[in-house]
Parts: sequence; structure tokens; C-alpha cells
Amino acid sequence: MIIIVNGKETEINDEMTVLALLNLKQIASETVVVELNKEIIPSDTFDNTMLNDGDHLEVLRFVGGG
Amino acid sequence: MSEDLFELGGHKFNSRLLVGTGKYADDSVIPEVCEASGSQIITVALRRVDLESTTGNVMDFIPKHMQFLPNTSGARTAEEAVRIARLAKAMGCGDWIKIEVISDNKYLLPDGYETAKATEILAKEGFIVLPYVNADLYVARSLVDAGAAAVMPLGAPIGSNRGLQTKEMVRILIDEIALPIVVDAGIGRPSEACEAMEMGADACLVNTAIATANNPILMAKAFGQAVKAGREAYLSGPGAKHCHASASSPLTGFLSED
Repeated sequence: MIIIVNGKETEINDEMTVLALLNLKQIASETVVVELNKEIIPSDTFDNTMLNDGDHLEVLRFVGGG
Repeated sequence: MSEDLFELGGHKFNSRLLVGTGKYADDSVIPEVCEASGSQIITVALRRVDLESTTGNVMDFIPKHMQFLPNTSGARTAEEAVRIARLAKAMGCGDWIKIEVISDNKYLLPDGYETAKATEILAKEGFIVLPYVNADLYVARSLVDAGAAAVMPLGAPIGSNRGLQTKEMVRILIDEIALPIVVDAGIGRPSEACEAMEMGADACLVNTAIATANNPILMAKAFGQAVKAGREAYLSGPGAKHCHASASSPLTGFLSED
């Protein structure tokens, strides 16, 4: 299925959780904040939040800024 | 003199210099910048993770004792700023937020109206809101009403290193606004930070001037000293200015006198 991750169409397997996607992308889950369809997903629910076709996922982290 | 602490957001700080984390050639210098400057408050931004490459994490370089201040840079409306603020809070790094709402790309001038809207929403949600704004009295008053913890007027456009171009407007804010006034953006030299503090600003936020110096650690130290010097000059009450000379030495008792 196709989901939109950080504005980019991304093909993933069915039955994938947010945590599985982060692991697949080699992103340490404790360093990011995730928004699914404009709702913030608490980090302790990454492993039981399923992704669905057409979902919009935002994965963000802190960077240098003023 | 009794201890002169900087009160902001219900906390007390020894330092009146806030530092940023943007533009460093190498983030690994940030801990030494924090130490050299004496700063206790540090800003960061929130951005999409680059899924195609593994980049360093700026959080690894922020000393644990620092008060963490995420900004809402990238927001063009109040709604976007609120969204970014909530995301930043969800990271578990506290409830301080620096509001930046900017849709002008050339001068990066903040939108006071949208900033006040975002400030009101986030203050009601319990955020410690520090809004970055033009040095405008009416905007500043709206921020007081909206529940801001401070007002952060620009000295000059972000990253320009042009100094305290808004000096007379900042002076009005210092005079009229009961909240802490933190001069943010544009300060390029320690002397300019010192001047802002001498005028009675409560603090200065400096990023580019330190990050782009040939020696950021030494510049951080210089800014720390300049802010402290300016503050002490303000507290000491500078003498009056005069148009004509006023002798410092007595005008009587010269050797040539009979």
C-alpha cells in the first residue's frame, strides 16, 4: 500500500505499524515526534498504531535553530 | 549588590544571554559554546527527518542543564505555529515555545497579528510562550493580553548581524511593557548586545553572530561578558549626558595660580 511520509509517496507492506516503519528507515523512535493524519501519536503507542493506505505521516525531529 | 537573577517563565536564571543552535559548522562545538557563554537557555527548531540519510542529532550536543526552547520557525500562520508547538511539546522536552510566524521570505519579518493569535492559544494550553516580533508597541501590548511570558523584539532581520537597528522602538517597549524584553535577531557584535542591556533590555538572544564567528567559543564568551557588562551598567544608573564639557578634575588650585 501507499502512504505519504514527510510529503513523499512511500510504498510499504500491509500490516505495518509506525514503529516498524521507523525501524525500517533506521530512525531511532525516541528521537522523533510523529503525526499521523495531523494527529500527534504518543511515542508509547508507536508499536500498536497501524498504518493504512493513504495515510499521511509526518516524522520530525529537533534540528539546529535560533 | 543582591543577586540579580533573570526571571522568565516562572524560572530564575543567572545568565541573561539566550543562544541558538543553528548554522554551526559542526554541532559538536555547542557544549563549549554553552559553557563559554554562561547561557542557560537554548533554542532549537523542528523539521522533517530526512528519510534518505542519517544525519546527526542536535539534541546529543545540548547540555542537560540548559532550558530547552523550541521555536516554531517554518510556521506561516498561527495555526501552523500552534501545530509545531504541540509537536515540540510531544517530544517531552518541556512546555517552552518561541513563536515565530513568518511568511515574508526576504526579510523574515514576523507577523504580529498571527503571532498574537498563536500566543493566546498556546498560553491557554499552559505553554510558556516567548513570541518573536517586530519592535511594535501595539503588538507588544496584544502579546501581554494574550499571556506571553516575554516579548522578543528584533534588533535587525534574522541572521543579518546588523545590530540594534530598532533601538528607539525597543526603548519604548522597555519603557512601556511590564514583561521581560528579550532582544532577538540581528545582534551581530557583543557591543550591540551590551548596548541593548545598558538600555534596560532584560536579555538578548544570539545565534548567527556566535555560530558564524571564526571562533564561536571565544565569541560566545565575549557575548556572555557583554550582556553581563551591559546589565551591570544599566543597574548602576549611567550618568546624564551634556552638550558641553564638564570637568572631571577640580577647576581650582592649578600650579600657575597665585
